Amino acid sequence: MLSNRHIMTMDDLIADEVTLILDTAESLAEVNQRRIKKVPTLRGRTIVNLFFEPSTRTRTSFEIAAKRLSADGINFTASASATAKGETLRDTARTLAAMSCDLVVVRHKYAGAPQMLAEVMDCSVINGGDGIHQHPTQALLDLYTMRQSLGRLEGLRVGIVGDVCHSRVAGSLVPALRMMGATPVIIGPPTLMPARPDVLGAEVCYDLDEALPTLDVAYLLRVQFERAARMPFPSNREYAMLYGMNADRLAAMPSHAIVMHPGPMNRGVEISADVADSPRSVILGQVESGVAVRMAAMYLLLGGAESGAAA
Amino acid sequence: MDPAAGVDGVLDVLVEDGVIAGVGEDLEVPGAEVVDCAEKVLLPGLADIHVHLREPGQEYKETIASGTRAAAHGGFTAVACMPNTSPVCDRGSTVRFVIERAEETGVVRVYPIGAVTAGQAGEQLAEIGDMVAEGAVAFSDDGHGIQSAGMTRVAMDYLKRFDVPLIAHCEDESLAAGGVVNEGAVSTRMGLPGIPAEAEETMVARDIALAELTGCRLHLAHLSTADSLELVRRAKARGVAVTCEVTPHHLFLDEDSLVTYDTNLKMNPPLRTPADREAMVEGLLDGTVDCVATDHAPHAVHEKELEFELAPNGTTGLETALSLVNTHLVATGKLDWVGVCRVMCHNPRAVANLPEMRLEAGFPADITVVDPEARVDVTPGWFVSRSRNSAFSGASLLGRASDVLVGGSWVVRKGKVVV
Repeated sequence: MLSNRHIMTMDDLIADEVTLILDTAESLAEVNQRRIKKVPTLRGRTIVNLFFEPSTRTRTSFEIAAKRLSADGINFTASASATAKGETLRDTARTLAAMSCDLVVVRHKYAGAPQMLAEVMDCSVINGGDGIHQHPTQALLDLYTMRQSLGRLEGLRVGIVGDVCHSRVAGSLVPALRMMGATPVIIGPPTLMPARPDVLGAEVCYDLDEALPTLDVAYLLRVQFERAARMPFPSNREYAMLYGMNADRLAAMPSHAIVMHPGPMNRGVEISADVADSPRSVILGQVESGVAVRMAAMYLLLGGAESGAAA
Repeated sequence: MDPAAGVDGVLDVLVEDGVIAGVGEDLEVPGAEVVDCAEKVLLPGLADIHVHLREPGQEYKETIASGTRAAAHGGFTAVACMPNTSPVCDRGSTVRFVIERAEETGVVRVYPIGAVTAGQAGEQLAEIGDMVAEGAVAFSDDGHGIQSAGMTRVAMDYLKRFDVPLIAHCEDESLAAGGVVNEGAVSTRMGLPGIPAEAEETMVARDIALAELTGCRLHLAHLSTADSLELVRRAKARGVAVTCEVTPHHLFLDEDSLVTYDTNLKMNPPLRTPADREAMVEGLLDGTVDCVATDHAPHAVHEKELEFELAPNGTTGLETALSLVNTHLVATGKLDWVGVCRVMCHNPRAVANLPEMRLEAGFPADITVVDPEARVDVTPGWFVSRSRNSAFSGASLLGRASDVLVGGSWVVRKGKVVV
């Protein structure tokens, strides 16, 4: 089991626990290949998906994961603006707490929302993405995909390319890679770099072409124009010219190297269509891993062992 | 103890009809009430020139009645209140309202600070002359920096006519850009938008240059970075009429305190680095910083209970400032009581055009009696303010105001507000 009852940031986990989650996900992945894709592991447990931001893939992934473990999953979609009409996050949390759920998955526009829920509610909390802070299950499924594709995590050199400063994916993936002995390199224009990349433990590179031959993974991020105060580069055309992954750049990477993206993709901006659809792209594999990894996280947090084996 | 009056010793102070009638050894006055202040320190009434009393308009956070009681509880006999009320204090009638309300409901002296620009919108001058006539002592758009250098220049030129200072909130909003904590290690680790130190420093540099151009008295509010102080240090050295203040939270807390998303630690300017904090203390001790001012900013519990990025900025400060200064600076031997008089009484009064107070015959009997050994646990029960949003909640401090006289009347006895 896990030493912490929440997965809010990568700090809630240690390397052995990450490995345990990935191993557990590997055994649970088999369930997803069955004709009847369901095990009774979390029967009678209540899992609430509390989404304050629009999300399709993450919410669906958590929802499917809960259903395949036989948990009762409830979707709760709300507006993030506490200043508009409606109740505060704290009151929403108190309301849900009164209904006794076992696990809350929260996605919120602002950093720290999972911590606020955990203060108020007596249940486990999984952070499904908070502001520009962290998104730990995304990092876990990315590790799973890398391990599956490349056979290991230790020693990998992973280039995280693009809008790093607004990316909660990078916020979790950088420390996760460090924890597992890989080297994260964040690549992009200085306008999209975090204030202190050293705090996260990442190498910084402004020149994608210089980095490509050394990378085992090119992990492309979507540019989040909606979060930027002002346009961080002159045009999409110039961004694609400097940082867009295309066939020529793919060819500059080692032959074993893979391309990843957390989705949704902007084809033609950070990734060209031919690369997105190439055999070197494991983007759909990431989505597939997501279900198994989230099943593992839920199972391990809720101590599913009390109702029997994992699968 | 009062360096301005040249007194320092175990002395008697005689108060008669609201005025200090004498200071000396073994004063004998038949029939007088005798208050034993053994082991205590008598200071001329402390003044805080940066508070938000929230009245008119936001009485659920604080009122002039509750805010002045909080001031008394913290040992202050005078406060200057910022104009970002609702409506903004940007005309004579609002200044008059605050003064009249303070006379009716307040327990310490209240000096309104008027807005520099109409509605604090930074676009055109407020009726500064009218406000001066009604009793405004200084002018500030605190809460927002005046973004336009041209507007600031006009304001400084105009203020010079009345010999009142511009109290500048230095923050270039195009650089601060929605930030909520200091830009750096903590903003990166916590995933919160950052405010770079340069958002403050560029405007400090600009305003010093404009003070030089215009000759207007410039007072820089709540400085938070080492380089801001360096700019002030150099400006003072070449004789610019610039003064500055620092808050207790920028003296005694830094961004490393932000380990959880505790919104009581959200303020503007944000808590900076430990090196900045040390520079603030150094600046206070070497005289670069003229005053300690609290930026007392009360907010209701339901407002501070929001997500960090949504919660309002500010911490209360009136009721902890003196205890903090004593705990961290006096008790540690870094600052003596002469220094406390300087940064919490005489300098702030001089900066904001408040009447001088001395422990000397003929001056009003505004006296703060400090018990430097009293223990203060900063719990919700400690506060007299209507709000509880203190960045120092949970702290255990040393020293407090045990008794406070305003105009010869007791407002605090044995640590309790009695009016």
